[in-house]
Amino acid sequence: MASDSDSDEDFVTYGTPLEPLEEDKPLKKPIPLHEQTVKDEKGRYKRFHGAFTGGFSAGYFNTVGSKEGWAPSAFVSSRQQKAGKQNARPEDFMDEEDFSEHGIAPREITTSSEFSSSRRDQAAEKAKAINAQAALIPGDTLLEELIAPARLSIGVELLRKMGWKEGQGVGPRVKRKTRRQQMDGGSRVYGCALPSAGAEDSEDDDDEEFAPENVTFAPKDVTPVDFSPRMGVQGLGYRGLDPGLALLGHGAPEHIDLFKPQSEARSRLFGDERSGTRRGGVAGQAFGVGALEDDDDEDVYHRDSMSRYDSVLGGEEPGDRLYGWTAPQQYSRNKDRSKDVSYLGKILEGFTLAQKPAKEKTIFPPPSLPRDYRPVQGFRPVVEVSRLSGVSPALAKALRTSRGHMVKEEPQQGGRHQLHSGQRRTLLGEDALQGPSSVMELLRPEDRQRLLNLRNASNQTSNQTSNQTSNQTSTPESRVSVVSSPSSGLQQQQEALAAWRGVQISTQTFRPFEKNPSKQERYELYLNRLKQGDKDALDRSLDPAMTEWERSRERDEFVRASILYRPSSSSLSTRFTRAQHQEDDDTVEVSRDQEGDIDDKQAAVTMKMFGKLTRETFEWHPDKLLCKRFNVPDPFPGSGTVGLPKVKRDKFSVFNFLTVAESREPTALLKPPESMKKSRWDVSEQKKEEDCLSEMLSAARSQTETKVEKPASLPASSSSSQQTEVKAADQKKKEGDEDQEEEEDRPPMDLFKAIFASSSEEKSSSSSEGGSDEEEDGKMDSQPLNLFNISSVTSSSATTSSSSSSITTSSSITSSSITTSSSITSSSITTSSSITSSSTSYSATSSQLPVSSKASTQQDDEEFGPKLPPPSAALTRGGATSVSEERKPSRRSKDKKHKNKKQHKHKKDKKKKKQKKHKHKVKQQKKKETDSSSEDSEEDGQVSTDELLKRLKNIRSHQTW
Amino acid sequence: MAFPQPRPQAPQLPQHLLRTIDCQQGAVRAVRFNCDGNYLLSCGSDKSLKLWSMSRGTLLKTYSGHGYEVLDADSSYDNSQICSCSSDKTVILWDVATGQVTRKLRGHAGKVNCVQFSEEATVILSGSIDGTVRCWDTRSRRYEPIQVLDEARDSISSLKVAQHELLTGSVDGRVRLYDLRMGQLHVDFISSPITCVCFSQDGQCTLSSSLDSTVRLLDKSTGEMLGEYTGHKMKGYKLDCCLSSKDTHVLSCSEDGHVYCWDLVEGSLSLKLPVGKAVVQSLSFHPSETCLLTAMEGRVQVWASEPEEADEEAMAK
Repeated sequence: MASDSDSDEDFVTYGTPLEPLEEDKPLKKPIPLHEQTVKDEKGRYKRFHGAFTGGFSAGYFNTVGSKEGWAPSAFVSSRQQKAGKQNARPEDFMDEEDFSEHGIAPREITTSSEFSSSRRDQAAEKAKAINAQAALIPGDTLLEELIAPARLSIGVELLRKMGWKEGQGVGPRVKRKTRRQQMDGGSRVYGCALPSAGAEDSEDDDDEEFAPENVTFAPKDVTPVDFSPRMGVQGLGYRGLDPGLALLGHGAPEHIDLFKPQSEARSRLFGDERSGTRRGGVAGQAFGVGALEDDDDEDVYHRDSMSRYDSVLGGEEPGDRLYGWTAPQQYSRNKDRSKDVSYLGKILEGFTLAQKPAKEKTIFPPPSLPRDYRPVQGFRPVVEVSRLSGVSPALAKALRTSRGHMVKEEPQQGGRHQLHSGQRRTLLGEDALQGPSSVMELLRPEDRQRLLNLRNASNQTSNQTSNQTSNQTSTPESRVSVVSSPSSGLQQQQEALAAWRGVQISTQTFRPFEKNPSKQERYELYLNRLKQGDKDALDRSLDPAMTEWERSRERDEFVRASILYRPSSSSLSTRFTRAQHQEDDDTVEVSRDQEGDIDDKQAAVTMKMFGKLTRETFEWHPDKLLCKRFNVPDPFPGSGTVGLPKVKRDKFSVFNFLTVAESREPTALLKPPESMKKSRWDVSEQKKEEDCLSEMLSAARSQTETKVEKPASLPASSSSSQQTEVKAADQKKKEGDEDQEEEEDRPPMDLFKAIFASSSEEKSSSSSEGGSDEEEDGKMDSQPLNLFNISSVTSSSATTSSSSSSITTSSSITSSSITTSSSITSSSITTSSSITSSSTSYSATSSQLPVSSKASTQQDDEEFGPKLPPPSAALTRGGATSVSEERKPSRRSKDKKHKNKKQHKHKKDKKKKKQKKHKHKVKQQKKKETDSSSEDSEEDGQVSTDELLKRLKNIRSHQTW
Repeated sequence: MAFPQPRPQAPQLPQHLLRTIDCQQGAVRAVRFNCDGNYLLSCGSDKSLKLWSMSRGTLLKTYSGHGYEVLDADSSYDNSQICSCSSDKTVILWDVATGQVTRKLRGHAGKVNCVQFSEEATVILSGSIDGTVRCWDTRSRRYEPIQVLDEARDSISSLKVAQHELLTGSVDGRVRLYDLRMGQLHVDFISSPITCVCFSQDGQCTLSSSLDSTVRLLDKSTGEMLGEYTGHKMKGYKLDCCLSSKDTHVLSCSEDGHVYCWDLVEGSLSLKLPVGKAVVQSLSFHPSETCLLTAMEGRVQVWASEPEEADEEAMAK
């Protein structure tokens, strides 16, 4: 507050502000005793006298009592003067001015009200007594009554003279019997109200029983209103514990109703106790039981339970329908009053029952509706102009104004439910949908034909033979099968062309490459060209600036996308509206790095080639807290991921499905010529290597597992592949660009090298088994690297060099297949002999994996949206496979060396330094190998290995599927 | 004063039975040394875990609180805490001195096969039949694991922790090596269900036994196989294998009642310790001495390189 006063603004403040507290100022010292002064009420200084100066409040100029001062008076026995002795009060010794100080009121002598001329009012007394009953200690006014005044007021005396007696009402006598002093709520009239009709009625009732004719009675006495104010905070009608019950020695009733009117207690007060049951003494509720109580089994310490209380007003009613009303029997017997009586019991204090019932509200019934009334508003049908197409506009207008009386009513006037959607559309004025009106239009013509045929067949009469029907159905089926499996990419292209030709552009076509605007643009260009019927739309719409590989890839994508989203399906899309919000939910979380093929690993394990083949390394994100607990810095400080990193993939990507479909189909059939071209480039080198390894392993596995089965399966598969190959060749011929195609088909050089050069190499290596360790080690380490080099070199060379035609390919099938099988068997033998040795070489081979896999993932990153499967992965894989397959035997012996060396190393306390030594040699070796292999590949390039590839592929597929 | 190092003695093998402890707790599912090798823990199938003195073979404390048989246990580096896992899907952290349950960790969906403290006992790692490894924090009051490693496709049968690396063996035939420092997960495919994995003492190799009755020593960094140890029988049970304290030998339980001991380098069987007629369920090698614990049925046997005087004392008693 004090601080507030400093400010200029005026605030309303209450009270006196404290003095500003100054810190430096010492606290106010209390005034010492000797400085305190005492003044009397007139302002005179007063002196206090200590023990030596005369004591308290001396008179007579500070002397005590007398001139002599504080002189002790002699002892006088009061024994003889007892009667005269007064009890001294403190006031006798006090100054009158000190009275107020000590709270002693000045006294005067007056006549007390008791004995004053005002007479006691009996009625008031009664009311008082009633209140006293309601008080906690009952009957405390009884004591007052004991001291009854001797005199009555003049009014009472006059009344008495007139014949009035206590307890009677005032008024002329009536010819009735004396009313019982029954306190009934109905007869209680407050103020100066006349006796109520109800009261008289009740008297009438009484007459019926005993009514002496010649006796008159005084009118009933009237109890005045109790104007005692409410002191409590309880609700209206609250009464608290009824002390009257305590007087009943019987204890408390079953249920205590705190809101019950006080009638019971009152009636008891007025003397007409019906209680024979009442016994003396105070017991139970609110009172203890005296020690002299004769009943020992009385529940002295009455236990009260809340269940005996009502928590709400107007609790359950007692069964006797008296509602606590202790009326005499005749009242309850009276039928027509029962309602009144029952209600009376519940009347709150200070309220009376209404004499007249409230006027009933008259409710008028609603008007009755006519029988044929329908609560729907109907409009007269409006004649549509469209329907009046044949009529001239003027007439139509006239007709419309005349409410269409002239127009013939349409048969379907019944209601909107009878209209079909088209009619409703015209009614609403909507445009017709762009798309086809029937599902049939969505079907291809052949399919539609087939359906029609079917329908016709079913419609045909039963006398037609079933053979005919089957004929009809079977032919379309075959046709369908042809259609559904597009034999080549060219066919696909043509199909796309056929589908898109002449279709007007619609903005709602699916945009598969939406994430790459330029690509999408090219795609749309392609589509436009298609629509114009451009035959080589594809080549023209592609970006010439792109590399060959990219172009070929994109070409493939476009063709596929255009076929998938051909106009028929786009017309389907017109029938649906686009979602307002693009949902991102259609992606799935997939762990980014998928584990490799288990079969390969299994094979590696059986060959005991642990290491790179069986090991896979993933990026793994430990939890931050875990790193902290392990006292290790977080390897990926920024990343929020935990565990293996996940990537979102499209759940329902078109290209996902394409992948599946493609892998299942025979490669030769599926591959369009263009895709052949790109196949070499499409797959990363890494992929090839991996595949070659896996292929090799699977082949090895198959050998060990089913040696007998192999020769049998091979011819069959080869023959089938032969057929397909021929087919493909035919197609190529049609196209006329054979050379190019063939060129692409050629497998890498090392395959040939593996096939033809392996046997001699193998021999030499096997003979050198167990030779000088160190050199061999170097070779071994170098080999895997060589392998990669070779493959890359050969592949590049293969593209440039021309190869033989497809015919030669097919012709050479048988021979190559034979060589394959023979080499396989031979390798299997060697495998069994040198199982342990081979493991290390494989591991060395795969040492390149992590690096190259990274490269592949980078490539993937460049992709956008749903990934396209590498168009001819399977084909290349087959090629690579064969290479490694054939190469394997040649390396066996070296592997063994490596193994030996390994063990040796362990003997020497597991020192790992040696490996470093070999590294130089590795490189040298590598160079050598590349040279030789490239030479080999050029030599053997002529041999067609398509069949070989296919066969291997088949073998593989036999095992995997 | 530089004396030449004495020539290393030929490695000794624990071929003498020092004492047999009858654990009185049903079948002993696992027996483990504490970190200094003075005490041993036996996990009983009667839901109890018992702590024994290694030197005297006396029972020190019984820890009861598991709802089903105890499958594995590990003691912290300071011997103040024990963690144990059980078929009741819980991992319990015990206070050694009082024998009270410090924490009961629930979360595994199946029985918990293996449990390990991290080096500083800050994390408990537990592997369960539900295929997950859960990393429980002992420092905080969290009852959820810090991280759940759910890479395994099948039950985790064994796990070991060494510094910042976690090695798990799973029934899906893979040994997984989690490298926390590098943030890498190396998965080695073994093909046969793994029953037990171990680090070598030098931390360069991992040992894994699998149900094709083979124990393989793999190079930790590359995954290449350095050694393969066969001859024992491990076809159906989850049996332990371990390396000797000086990495000289590879030991493995066998279902034919023997403990096989191979020379690590040679791969030759150097000892075939007859333990009994039943299956040797568990074994544990002393962290520093040549001392081996084996568990068969309800007994734990202590094997040492030579019969010591302690043995005689025990006999005298």
